[in-house]
Amino acid sequence: MKQHWLVRRKTIRVLWFIFIVVLSLTVVAGLFADEHAVFGIDGSVAFNAWFGFVSCVAMVVIAKLFGRLACRKEDYYDRS
Amino acid sequence: MTGVSALPPGLLLMVGALLLPLFGRTARTVLVLGLPVLAVALIWQIPNGVSLQAPFLDYQLVLVSGDRLSRLFATIFAIVALAGSVFALNHARTIELVAALLSAGSAISITFAGDLLTLVVFWEILALASTLLVWSGMTDQSYQSGLRYLVIHLLGGMLLLIGVVGHVADTGSISFSAMSLDSAAHWLILAGFLINAGAPPLSAWLPDAYPESSPGGMVFLSAFTTKTAVYVLMRGFPGAEILVFVGIYMIFYGIIYALLENDMRRILAYSIVNQVGFMVCGIGIGTDMALNGTASHAFAHIIYKALLLMSAGSVLYMTGKRKCTDLGGLFRTMPLTTVCGIIGALSISAFPLTSGFISKSMISAAALHEHMATVWFLLAAASAGVFLHAGIKFPWFVFFQKDSGLRPPDPPINMRIAMILFAFLCLAIGVWPTVLYVHLPYPVEYVPYTYTHVVGMLQLLLFSGLAFFIMLPYMKRTLTVTLDWDWCYRRLGPRPIHYLTNMLAPSHWFEQKRIVLQGYLKRMLDTLFLYHGPQGILARTWATGSMVLWVVILLGIYLIGYFY
Repeated sequence: MKQHWLVRRKTIRVLWFIFIVVLSLTVVAGLFADEHAVFGIDGSVAFNAWFGFVSCVAMVVIAKLFGRLACRKEDYYDRS
Repeated sequence: MTGVSALPPGLLLMVGALLLPLFGRTARTVLVLGLPVLAVALIWQIPNGVSLQAPFLDYQLVLVSGDRLSRLFATIFAIVALAGSVFALNHARTIELVAALLSAGSAISITFAGDLLTLVVFWEILALASTLLVWSGMTDQSYQSGLRYLVIHLLGGMLLLIGVVGHVADTGSISFSAMSLDSAAHWLILAGFLINAGAPPLSAWLPDAYPESSPGGMVFLSAFTTKTAVYVLMRGFPGAEILVFVGIYMIFYGIIYALLENDMRRILAYSIVNQVGFMVCGIGIGTDMALNGTASHAFAHIIYKALLLMSAGSVLYMTGKRKCTDLGGLFRTMPLTTVCGIIGALSISAFPLTSGFISKSMISAAALHEHMATVWFLLAAASAGVFLHAGIKFPWFVFFQKDSGLRPPDPPINMRIAMILFAFLCLAIGVWPTVLYVHLPYPVEYVPYTYTHVVGMLQLLLFSGLAFFIMLPYMKRTLTVTLDWDWCYRRLGPRPIHYLTNMLAPSHWFEQKRIVLQGYLKRMLDTLFLYHGPQGILARTWATGSMVLWVVILLGIYLIGYFY
């Protein structure tokens, strides 16, 4: 069966390349924004970029740890 | 001003809903689509101030009292009733449409209720109608979840009613206006409101019940209950500081649980709690800008969440599957559903040019304005988290991810029309925010499209996307449920009862004791019957003479007692 063009290895490589270019562009564009820091740290270089990235990683890690504590098999409530 | 100036729009929908089963298929379709449109027309006829009153005991019930806020919420309730009906037309049973219009009607009636008693009545009707919607899933699961849903909401309604009675006893007034948290009654009212909002600790009812409903049922459910709660909180407790903390908890609860979830509709259910958390937080901040943000976010949220659920509902309808582990690769044959799902996902993530961008950011801006540093940082992190758990996770796992081998086509025409309509609204509100801003409760000075804001938001969201794809191996879905506070009433509570029944029921000793106890009870009842039964000495008819004799004796004793 022929693979859909979107899931071909080559397309995915191109998509990653475009994604990284766009990411860099937003960081460069951010340098020209008139950030007036209200709380200090929010005025740091590319604040939104690193803050978004770091908080997402943190949330996934916290969710994973919490999952160890609170996840049960799917039929947990069906078993009496 | 009293007297009937116009038919109350909520009542129109509710009466129409009850008449629905009497009509044939065509007439029913016309009614289901026509009533919400008529309701919108009526909503915009309602003037500011009281327009319909009715006397009840010593009170004047204010059945219809309008202002900008109530008209805004009522309008979106009517719109979602219309679009949801279009979506559900081909697969919903009549009872489901009845329940949907009843919920819409009671939700609209709540937004126009000027007093607390009227509010409580429609509050309860909404709970009952929503339970019917949960049951529309027509499975054992949905029946059980529906019962749990009903119990929690009756509890909430009871707390609210006790609070209202206490409030009326304290103040003598039934009017519904802003309250301060200075008495037990007001705390109870707040608790009643918050249970419907999905606030902790009782938030598990939402992801428990909603996903068990039918494909169309959940579209309706997502709109009414939680957003009427947001509405009454805005009216009753603007600026109550505790709501900031409650809101933040809800936001992160939604994100963490959604990240662990495998069921696509439950992911979206957790994200309802998350989004309502933003609104509750905005109400807690309580400035004009925060309340404007809350109102506009509720409006935008109802649309994009309905769109997301229509997209998920289409997948469920066409494949019969709900789990991310079973789905994937559907973009090949369901292009329209994929595109609409992505538009909903971008809106909930507040991407520029979508409705979320112009509404949610107003709440963050209000926190910034008030110099609430911690709240602002948490809201920023939460915005990233929304993109993570709903914005990418939902479309990625359902439409892309792996090839599940499923090749379902796009859903029937009515479902496609409903999705296109709401996808258009998501983009239209994002592109022309003024359309929404002019109807907000307070004048809007906020400008969403500034260079700094757009670039900042793009950075935040795109780097969250980067984090998602880097962390993808850790996001692999597992076949699990995540324990929540509902464990207390689904496991902890029933467990000792099961244990005792299992231990005692087959026991011979217990059976003997039961027979002995039954013997005691029977003998006690027999004795009672002997003296108090129809022929019993203490119950039979007495002659007048003997009564007079006893009266004389009693009076005699009294006289003797008086002398000595």
